[in-house]
Amino acid sequence: MRRALSAFALLAVMSVVAGAQAAAAAAAPVDVAATAPQAGNVAPDFARTDLDGKSRALSAYRGKVILLNFWATWCAPCLAEIPRFSAWQQRYGPSGLQILGIAMDDELGAVRQLAQRDHLAYPVIMGDAQLGQLYGGVLGLPLSYLIDAQGRIVARYRGEPDLKQIEHRLRALLPRQAAP
Amino acid sequence: MTIQPSPMLTALAWTVGILVCAQASAATHLPASTIARADLIQPAELAARLQAPSGPAPLVLQVGFKLLFAQSHITGSEYAGPAGQGDGLAALAQRVAPLPRDAEIVLYCGCCPWAHCPNIAAAYRRLHELGFRHLKVLYIAHDFGTDWVEKGYPASTGE
Repeated sequence: MRRALSAFALLAVMSVVAGAQAAAAAAAPVDVAATAPQAGNVAPDFARTDLDGKSRALSAYRGKVILLNFWATWCAPCLAEIPRFSAWQQRYGPSGLQILGIAMDDELGAVRQLAQRDHLAYPVIMGDAQLGQLYGGVLGLPLSYLIDAQGRIVARYRGEPDLKQIEHRLRALLPRQAAP
Repeated sequence: MTIQPSPMLTALAWTVGILVCAQASAATHLPASTIARADLIQPAELAARLQAPSGPAPLVLQVGFKLLFAQSHITGSEYAGPAGQGDGLAALAQRVAPLPRDAEIVLYCGCCPWAHCPNIAAAYRRLHELGFRHLKVLYIAHDFGTDWVEKGYPASTGE
């Protein structure tokens, strides 16, 4: 009898907690950033055509460490990062790094012009609202995701990150030893 | 035989290029720090005002980029165009042209960290030049996602 009462009490507590959680979830404002993929989750897959007309699917890079960089030509901190990313692609590409640039510009022309002028060492695709939503809403730049060789998100970097720290972290993830 | 530039040389060339470009554009880029502090409004204050209006609602204009606006914007705000670019600035002027000069207007962007925003100060200056006296600028320190959406303030998606 006592055991039955304890089980009933436990069930009652659980249902109250579950109800409170459901009510809280229903009352929560719509928050696209809350849906941003978190560290440990598999990075949402997408396929788009890059500036050179080649099809690029995130899942096709499984086995490589990916730095997914959302940027735009009007974003000064983004432009400051790009030379480092190009240098990393050249240096760590043979060890299994792949950088993918996603331009969040409204116009293709400015992106194409910059990519041609500066000879980016990695593919660039044009972002769109759907792709932005897939990553929880790209509601400010710069924004980058570091993804491991298994396709899992390791880190999300917003604003002006410490590039040395990112480099240190991605080096540690590379499937093959990088030259010192 | 092909000669591959070393990563160090590439990075150096990039850095020099960016510094040259930055100097060239410095003459046209208007920093957000030029906005009078008295004309700034904090996100919490604007959100409270919009959620519990005590009078006529201000006209809230987003002067950033369309792709950002389409993903999320302040509920009830209008897209005006990127004021850091000539056509965006012209679109802004056209939008406010029929308004009385004492109309209350709130400008915001949030595309980048405040100090790097290419739009907000240009929009503010233009409306000042046009004679608008009740101007407020939403102070977004980091970006729109961090300082507005993640705070739970009213936001909508779509164009």
